[in-house]
Amino acid sequence: MSPPSGPEQQYFERLAAGRFEIQRCAACARHVFYPRVLCPHCGGDQLDWVPASGRGTVYSTTVVRRKPADGGDYNVCLVDLAEGVRMMSRVAGLPPAEVKIGMAVNARIAEGLVEFTPA
Amino acid sequence: MRGSVAIAGVGLAGCGEAPGWTEMEIAAAAAKNALADAGLSARDVDGIVIASTNIFMSGLALAEHLGIRPKFTESSMLGGSSFVGHLIPAALALNAGLCDTVLVAYGSNQRTGTGRAEAGRHKMALDPQPFEHPYKPFNPPSSYALAAARHMHQYGTTREQLAEIAVAARRWAQLNPEAFAREPLTADEVLKSRMISDPLTVRDCCLVTDGGGAYVITRAGRAGDFPKPSAYLLGAASAHWHRQISSMPDLTVTAATESGARAFAMAGLGPRDVDVLELYDAFTINTLLFLEDLGFCAKGEGGAFVAGGRIAPGGSLPVNTNGGGLSCVHPGMYGIFLLVEAVRQLRGEAGARQVKGAQVALAHGNGGVLSSQITALLGTKDTL
Repeated sequence: MSPPSGPEQQYFERLAAGRFEIQRCAACARHVFYPRVLCPHCGGDQLDWVPASGRGTVYSTTVVRRKPADGGDYNVCLVDLAEGVRMMSRVAGLPPAEVKIGMAVNARIAEGLVEFTPA
Repeated sequence: MRGSVAIAGVGLAGCGEAPGWTEMEIAAAAAKNALADAGLSARDVDGIVIASTNIFMSGLALAEHLGIRPKFTESSMLGGSSFVGHLIPAALALNAGLCDTVLVAYGSNQRTGTGRAEAGRHKMALDPQPFEHPYKPFNPPSSYALAAARHMHQYGTTREQLAEIAVAARRWAQLNPEAFAREPLTADEVLKSRMISDPLTVRDCCLVTDGGGAYVITRAGRAGDFPKPSAYLLGAASAHWHRQISSMPDLTVTAATESGARAFAMAGLGPRDVDVLELYDAFTINTLLFLEDLGFCAKGEGGAFVAGGRIAPGGSLPVNTNGGGLSCVHPGMYGIFLLVEAVRQLRGEAGARQVKGAQVALAHGNGGVLSSQITALLGTKDTL
């Protein structure tokens, strides 16, 4: 029996239910992100959903400059999760320019998205 | 493949501003110029190659506009690197005898065309990237900014060193009457100009212009048929490891390490053999990364390498001799302009910006966000 929807939709359904879960390959045990049909490391086709610890480290960061009238500057970053995968996100709770590479961060779900705050 | 095909004609059109011209018209005008450069007409073309971010079935569209019924058509879309990448299928088709005369063309009215914002919204709807778009990166600059920031963190590269790249490109542009931005530019001005996505300012980013280019490529045995010396393909290779910046394995190392190695191997050459480099400089960080990844300096040393004017006119390594995407032209995709400039340098046609005695040119294309990396080596007849 095939699953009810593809991995992307399964991810966002879990997120909407308040669960940040990522895939782990049953064959090679590596985690996978973004969600996929096949394991991009070993090609395996059994990918299981596991809770993400939420712990991460900022790998790189930028400040997108935007006029104050349009909402002002904001942070966009890449976070390496403790599980060994990387995702694009943002760090909330501090001025965008104060987000630094190497900063330890924790995930939370906000507006149906994963974002991070300083650990 | 080495030495089997050669570029017989090159042309540009609409570079800078071409108000009132459509994308296809600019491509066709560039094609006309390239064909004239080769002493040919559209009637002589039996292979059609193009790439477009906007035009669906672009190969059919170009052939229709020019009145050509091609035996070979190619429209792979790998981003701005496409036109360097197109050398490979063109060579394969020519060598297999599928066709005899291949025209590769590109055109864009990115600067003066209307409806860009709306087109952007349609594209996002057609091709959602739900793991990046919701965070609103200002792409492409934000992706390249993330790469620059990581390189600065890992290797101590500075904004001042990146600014030197913009200054060098501008100095080459000042020697090129066809370049769009030719006013003097200092490193200080680069640093103080408007920040787009930290650490990249507007002067760290390529221009937004109109423009088109084209080249005609044939089997090498026909080189004597054409009015100007042909530029021979010595090596070409393509590599890509990611599409989105969040999937790039290491933001400080591009797939140019792979494409360069394979292209050099095909040519039987190394970095020290290259007389002139055209590196796709959509952003200052690109030039730095490609100098490292193609083997012109060690990984992490790109900042020191470009300091002191090494890649500027008068320096020891001529890079982006037309002024590059940073100062010559950049209509959304730049790849074809790398090859047009490389050919002109090899023919000795580059006027005030001519690199004396240039025999081997390296053209390196970049597509997407440091995604598609395609390296080509061209040479004069003496390099065969």
